[in-house]
Amino acid sequence: MHNDAVHITPYRTHLWVLVTLLALTFVTITVTWIDLSALTVLIAMVIASVKGYIVLTYFMHLKYESSLFRVFVFMVLAIYVLVILFTFSDYLFR
Amino acid sequence: MEHRDDIGAKLGMWVFIFTEILLFGGLFLVYAIMRNNYSKEFHEAAHHLNAFIGTINTVVLLLSSATVAMSITAVQKGNNKLAVILLFATLVCAAVFMVNKYFEWGHKIHIGLYPGSDLMMTLSHGQVMFFSLYYFMTGLHMFHLVVGGIILTIVMIKVNSGAINTGKYVLLENGGLYWHLVDLIWIFLFPLLYLIT
Amino acid sequence: MTEEKTHHPEPSYLVDTGKYKGLMAWLTSTDHKRIGLMYMYAMMIFFSVGVILGVVMRIELFFPGEQIYGPQMYNGLFTLHGIIMIFTVVIPGLAAVFGNFSMPIMIGAKDVAFPRLNLFSFYLYVLGAAIALSSQFMGNGPPDTGWTFYAPYSIQTHTNVVAAVFGAFVLGFSSILTGLNFIVTMHRMRAPGMTFFKMPLFPWSLYATAWIQVLATPIVGITLLMIIAERWLRIGFFDPALGGDPVLYQHLFWIYSHPAVYIMILPAMGVITEIIPTFAQRRVYGYKAIAISSLAIASVGYFVWAHHMYTSGMSTTARWVFSLLTFLVAVPSAIKVFNWVTTMYKGSISMRPPFLFALGFIFLFMIGGMTGLSLGALATNVHVHDTAYVVAHFHYIVFGGVGFAFFAAIYYWYPKMYGRMYNFKMANWSFVFLFSGFNLLYFPQFIIGIMGMPRRYFDYLPQFTLGQQLSFFGAVLLVIGFVIMLITLFSKKGEKAPDNPWGGRTFEWGVPSPPPVENFEVMPELAENEGPYDYK
Repeated sequence: MHNDAVHITPYRTHLWVLVTLLALTFVTITVTWIDLSALTVLIAMVIASVKGYIVLTYFMHLKYESSLFRVFVFMVLAIYVLVILFTFSDYLFR
Repeated sequence: MEHRDDIGAKLGMWVFIFTEILLFGGLFLVYAIMRNNYSKEFHEAAHHLNAFIGTINTVVLLLSSATVAMSITAVQKGNNKLAVILLFATLVCAAVFMVNKYFEWGHKIHIGLYPGSDLMMTLSHGQVMFFSLYYFMTGLHMFHLVVGGIILTIVMIKVNSGAINTGKYVLLENGGLYWHLVDLIWIFLFPLLYLIT
Repeated sequence: MTEEKTHHPEPSYLVDTGKYKGLMAWLTSTDHKRIGLMYMYAMMIFFSVGVILGVVMRIELFFPGEQIYGPQMYNGLFTLHGIIMIFTVVIPGLAAVFGNFSMPIMIGAKDVAFPRLNLFSFYLYVLGAAIALSSQFMGNGPPDTGWTFYAPYSIQTHTNVVAAVFGAFVLGFSSILTGLNFIVTMHRMRAPGMTFFKMPLFPWSLYATAWIQVLATPIVGITLLMIIAERWLRIGFFDPALGGDPVLYQHLFWIYSHPAVYIMILPAMGVITEIIPTFAQRRVYGYKAIAISSLAIASVGYFVWAHHMYTSGMSTTARWVFSLLTFLVAVPSAIKVFNWVTTMYKGSISMRPPFLFALGFIFLFMIGGMTGLSLGALATNVHVHDTAYVVAHFHYIVFGGVGFAFFAAIYYWYPKMYGRMYNFKMANWSFVFLFSGFNLLYFPQFIIGIMGMPRRYFDYLPQFTLGQQLSFFGAVLLVIGFVIMLITLFSKKGEKAPDNPWGGRTFEWGVPSPPPVENFEVMPELAENEGPYDYK
């Protein structure tokens, strides 16, 4: 049954989230215009991760779900990062 | 007897989203390896993509994500009418995205830039990899967008008929989750393909 | 026990109560028990086909040189044998059959969380298998790549690789949905009082398995799609001529396909963990250690994939990293073996057929596991890579391990499934033939493998003749054992089975044999001080 206290996110929150995401998008675009060579990729990925975090937390309601969901998401992302690292243990040292 | 477990249904959706994340994860891994092998060529090839169209599509997708999220609030508050409008807005955004993509792909295919084309064979290995990844990644993403659009259409009809309402809206939440996943993937695709030049 | 039968007015799940009768009632049923049985019948058919293909290969290998058919046909045979056995038998295997049949009852649930999705998974399974098999009859002949579809050959060969690959993709999707269903079921539908650490250990192993199904299968899904795109669109990710990297294919393929080994073996270990305490009438030794070792195997096992690639030209760093992780995964596996053996210590053991098969499993799994370690070591691996030694090793794991656990599970839950007993004497004979045949078939392969017999060769040097011929006779014994088993189980109705023929303590032995449609008349509970294995 759906008796747990339902959390209703106000419209305002969604709008703020949207504005933040749009702002971050334009930050990425501006940053990539400036040539920082290798750093560009890093910065773009960091900003994308921040955006992803915001989408997961607010749009996908992770903030209001039971902690089990957050643990799972963290676990999945951690496994994926490890897969990348272990694969690069081959490519970086060839 | 109807067994109903909204948290269970959401958990199931999340687990499905994990598989989707890893499905694209495999593709991002290929991208990472290829970028590592051919970083210079990737820089050059990315110049061929139209960052403007990419940006428009990013904005459109973010907007659509917000409208889906807000439609849940609307249903929770019992305002099904507003929810239908918001979901319809989402579908319009999806359509805009598709039209943009159509022109973007159409232009590339028109000038002969597609996997296996004669022009492609004259390019360097790294550029071939870039464009192959571009088509494969955006193609798969588009497929998910279409599936998401179909799911949201069904959801919209159910909101309209009242089958989804203040007391029972887990299907809307799950449809929304799927849509946000589509957005989430684009958030990473956009800088990797269009911006890092 | 039998006089209590009158207290069970609910019809058993084997009786058609719905709108349809007969076959249609089965094909449209969302009952987890029926779906489990349907998987079992399908798997028995596929397994028989796979066995026949294996025997046909063994006949060709009886003498060196070409006997009855040529190399191309041999390539097609071992490819099909691999695809059928791996993708349609052992990967869904125990989880699909006994996970569906027993797990919901064991945790005190009426069904799985999403019954209709469960039926959909079954149909995806059938569809995937059909597509994979259609590769034999359509296009330019049967695929000849081996079940691993290694690039770049898989993108160059003219045989019908696409159908086989797409079939595997669909089967993977079915596996994902089953895993998803099980995760939600175990999270949301456990009986009151059954905390995670009071859940029986077969469900525990399924839980770990389900996570691998969900998290590893998508990677091979996307990889197989890339293979299809390579062939149709020339995207070239794995094609060196276009700048692609074949070793990358091996990475992506094994990122799934090594964890897939744990998808196969974890439920097998779970079944053994149920059988041993029941027949020793003893509380399982080290419950938590077994439960956590399942998770440990799943998580470490996710990161050992590149030990299939030591000779692929991978970097030295990666080689030792993956070798180290491979050795690590042996630790939780060994923990389980110690726990099984210790559970038996001072137990009152009854040597029933399921227990016999469980012992057989431990023996064969030990050999498979130990030889796995020698393969995980860099130096020996370079020597025996792609030889019959590897073939012997993984058959000891997937057949000696998963296969014997599967047989054990059938003999264990058969009375519950059909409400009938079977002839123990016949069952014991099937064990004798299967066990001796198995060892005679695969042990010589270790020896000729070390001597240098390569795998996937249809011809060989004369010095391997004795080994190959011993293997042939082993195969004959094995087939006889399998036939005896089928006759024992399915030829005639045995006497009525009591609800609890083995004296088990988990929930499925508390319900009638066969169970009613919704499993329980009174929903079970676990009290504060009760555990899943309170024997003494």
